[in-house]
Amino acid sequence: MGIFSKFVAKLKGQSTADPLDWKELEAELLAADLGPSLTAEILKNAKDLKGDDAAASLTQILKSHLSNKPRALSAANPVNVVLVVGVNGTGKTTSVAKLANHLKSSGYSVAMAAADTFRAAAVDQLQTWGQRIGAAVIAGKDGAEPASVAFDAAISAKDSGVNYLLIDTAGRLHNKRDLMAELGKVRRVVEKTLPISEVLLVIDATTGQNGIAQAKIFTEAVDVTGLIVTKLDGSARGGVALAIESALDIPIKFIGNGEGERDFALFDSGAYLAGLTSD
Amino acid sequence: MFDSLSAKLTGAFSSLRSRGKISTSDIENTCADIRSALLESDVALSVVDSFINVIREKSLTALPNIQSGTNQAQAIFEIVNTELVEILGGAARRIRFAKNPPTVIMLAGLQGAGKTTLAGKLAKFYLDQGNTPLLVASDLQRPNAVTQLQVVGDSVGVPVFAPEPGNGVGDPVKVAEQALIFAKSKLYNMVIVDTAGRLGVDEELMKQAIKIRDAVKPDEILFVVDSMIGQDAVRTAKAFEDGVGFDGVVLTKLDGDARGGAALSIAKLTGRPIMFSSNGEKLTDFDIFYPERMASRILGMGDVATLAEQAKKALDGQSTAKLEEKFARGDDFTLEDFLEQLEAMSKMGSMSKLLGMLPGAGAMKKQIENFDESEIVRTKSIVQSMTPLERRDPKVLNGSRRARIAIGAGRKVQDVNSLVDKFAAAQKMMRQMRKGGGMPPAMAQSMGMPPGMGAGQMAPQKAQQPAKKKSKSGNPAKRAAEERG
Repeated sequence: MGIFSKFVAKLKGQSTADPLDWKELEAELLAADLGPSLTAEILKNAKDLKGDDAAASLTQILKSHLSNKPRALSAANPVNVVLVVGVNGTGKTTSVAKLANHLKSSGYSVAMAAADTFRAAAVDQLQTWGQRIGAAVIAGKDGAEPASVAFDAAISAKDSGVNYLLIDTAGRLHNKRDLMAELGKVRRVVEKTLPISEVLLVIDATTGQNGIAQAKIFTEAVDVTGLIVTKLDGSARGGVALAIESALDIPIKFIGNGEGERDFALFDSGAYLAGLTSD
Repeated sequence: MFDSLSAKLTGAFSSLRSRGKISTSDIENTCADIRSALLESDVALSVVDSFINVIREKSLTALPNIQSGTNQAQAIFEIVNTELVEILGGAARRIRFAKNPPTVIMLAGLQGAGKTTLAGKLAKFYLDQGNTPLLVASDLQRPNAVTQLQVVGDSVGVPVFAPEPGNGVGDPVKVAEQALIFAKSKLYNMVIVDTAGRLGVDEELMKQAIKIRDAVKPDEILFVVDSMIGQDAVRTAKAFEDGVGFDGVVLTKLDGDARGGAALSIAKLTGRPIMFSSNGEKLTDFDIFYPERMASRILGMGDVATLAEQAKKALDGQSTAKLEEKFARGDDFTLEDFLEQLEAMSKMGSMSKLLGMLPGAGAMKKQIENFDESEIVRTKSIVQSMTPLERRDPKVLNGSRRARIAIGAGRKVQDVNSLVDKFAAAQKMMRQMRKGGGMPPAMAQSMGMPPGMGAGQMAPQKAQQPAKKKSKSGNPAKRAAEERG
C-alpha cells in the first residue's frame, strides 16, 4: 500500500507523525479524489494512530466508510429488471454488455433493452455487443420514446421469462430536470409490468467531486441501489466512489477495468482500497 | 458551470466587503475559503496551493497602499480574477489554419470524454464559417463509433470519410492517411480526425495515436477533456502531453453543474490553452473558450459578453432594424413583433442557459435550472393561434375570439386573457421607453421569467449586483415550485 506503508513506516516508534507527513497523507487522499471533506474526516481519525498496528488501523478507517448494504445483484424476482443510468460517457452501454456477459456466464438468461434512443448509434452499439456475447437485444425504432422501448422490453422479458432484463438508458447530466423526469418515467412504465430489482448508477473512475452530486440527484430521481465504477484500469483511483458510499450509503457492486466484455468484476473492497492508496 | 465555486467565492468576498478594514488574518481566512472551494471543484492540489500563495502575496503587497476597506476587498477580487484569467490561458486562441490546405485537426482523449460528438460540433462550427470540413472515422475500436460519426456527420451536413467498418476491424492509421489524400484531391480545406478513446497508461494505444499523428501531421492536436474529471486530470494530461502531445484543450459537458477544476489544472500544468468548450447535447452547443468570461463566471460576475453575442446572432439584423424603425416612427409594438422576439429568443438556446450567464446567476441557480422552457412554447402557441388582425390589434379580441384562440392553442381562456393583459401592460411600457430599447421587464415576466431578469436588465452593468432571491411567478404551480426551491 504505497503511500500508506511509507506513512506507517515513519510512524513506527514515534508517538505521532510530523506535520510534513500529515500533509503528504492529505495530498495522497485528495489525489485519489476522496474530496476535501472525507479527507479531513479520515485525517482526524488517523491522528490517534501510532506504533505497529498503524497500517491495519488505517485500512480499518477507510473500510469504516464503506456501505454495509449487500453488494450482490438482487435475484429476488422471477424476472429481475436492472436499470442502468448515469451521465454521458461513463460507459453505460459497455457496462450493460459486460454485466450481461457476467450473468450469462453465471448461468442466467439475459436480455438487454436499448433504451438509449438519443445518442447517435447507441442502439447499434448495444446490438453489436449483443451479437458478440450472444444475448438478445430489444430495440425500438430510431428516435423512439425511451419509455416505450423499456415498456415493450419489460413485456417481452415477462413473456419469455428471462432471469435478467438489463435496460441501457441515454446518458444525461443530472442537472437537466426534464431528462431526469424522463428517467423517472422509464422506471414507472417498466413497473407497470415488472418490479425493478436494481438501479445501477455508472460512475467513471476519473470523475471528481461532481460524482457525489450525480449520485445524490440520480438517487432522488430513480432510487439508485448500487454503483458500477468504470475505467479503473486507468490512472484514476476512483476515490469519489468511496465518498459516495460514505455520504449516501450506496454500495459499489461492480467495477469495469477494460474494454473487453470480461474486463468486469464484482466489487472487492480489499483490492479497491489498496488501489486507492497505491501510487 | 463552476457554480459552487462561484457561490463560495461570492460568499467569501461578501463577508470581506462587509468589513470596514481588512486585516492580515482576514486575508488568511479568505485564502482558506478559496482553497477549500477550489479543492471541492477538483482543482489539482498543487495548482490550488500555488494559486493561494500568489493570491496571498499579491494581496499583502497591494493592501497597505489602499485606504478604505471596500477598495481593499475590490483589490483582492481583482487579484483573484486576474490570476484566474492568467491560468485559464490569457487571450483566447483560434485554430491555426495551414498555409497549404487542408488544415488537419486531430482529436485525442480518454474514453467517454465526448470526442465523436465534439468532432461533429467542430465540423459544424467551421462549416458555418465557410470552410469545407471532412470528418474522418479513425475510431475503429469502440463498437459502432464509426456509425455514430456518420450519423453526426449527416446531421450537420459534413461528409464522413469512413472506409473501414470499425468494431475492431481496420487500421486507424491507414484510414487517417487515406483521408488526407482524399481531402487533398477533393479540395476539402479542413480534416477532422476522430480517434479512439484511450487511457493515458495504455502504451500500446498511445503509440497508435502517435502513428496517426505522424501520418497526418496535424496542425492542431486537441485534447478533449470531460469537465467533470477529478484529480486524475493531472496524470492524464501529463500522459497525453508526453505521449501524443497536444496544442490545445477542449472542455466538454460544461452544461453540467459544479466543475471546472479540470480547466484550471490542465491549463496551469500543461501551459496549453483551452480553446473550445462544449455545453449541451445539440450539435450547435459549442463555442470558443473565453478565459475572461470563464473567470467572471467563477467569480459570480455572470457572462454578459456571451449573452450579448448570442443575442446579436439570434436577432438577425433585418428584424432588429425593422423594429427600431417602427419605434422611431412611433408605431405600436404588436403581438407580431412579440412573436418575432420570442422566436429569436428560442433561437438563442434554452432560457435556463441564457439566464445562467447573467450576473449573480450562481445565487439563483435553483430557479434557473427549474425554469420551465415550455412556458415560451405555450406563449408562442397562443400568439400563433391568433389571426394577423388580432396580432396587430388585440383590442378586437372579444370573448368568442378568445375562446377560439384558447382551443387553437390547447390552452384555457384564462391563459389567453392573462397573455393579452400582460401584453397590454408591456405595450404601454414600450410606449414610455420608446427610445430605451430592449424588452420591458413586464414582458419578460409574461414569458415566465422572474422579475429582474428581462432583457432590459441584460445590458452590461456593474457586475456584482446582488441577485433577487425569490421570484414570484404568475403561474401558481410554478410559484409553488419556486417557493419550495
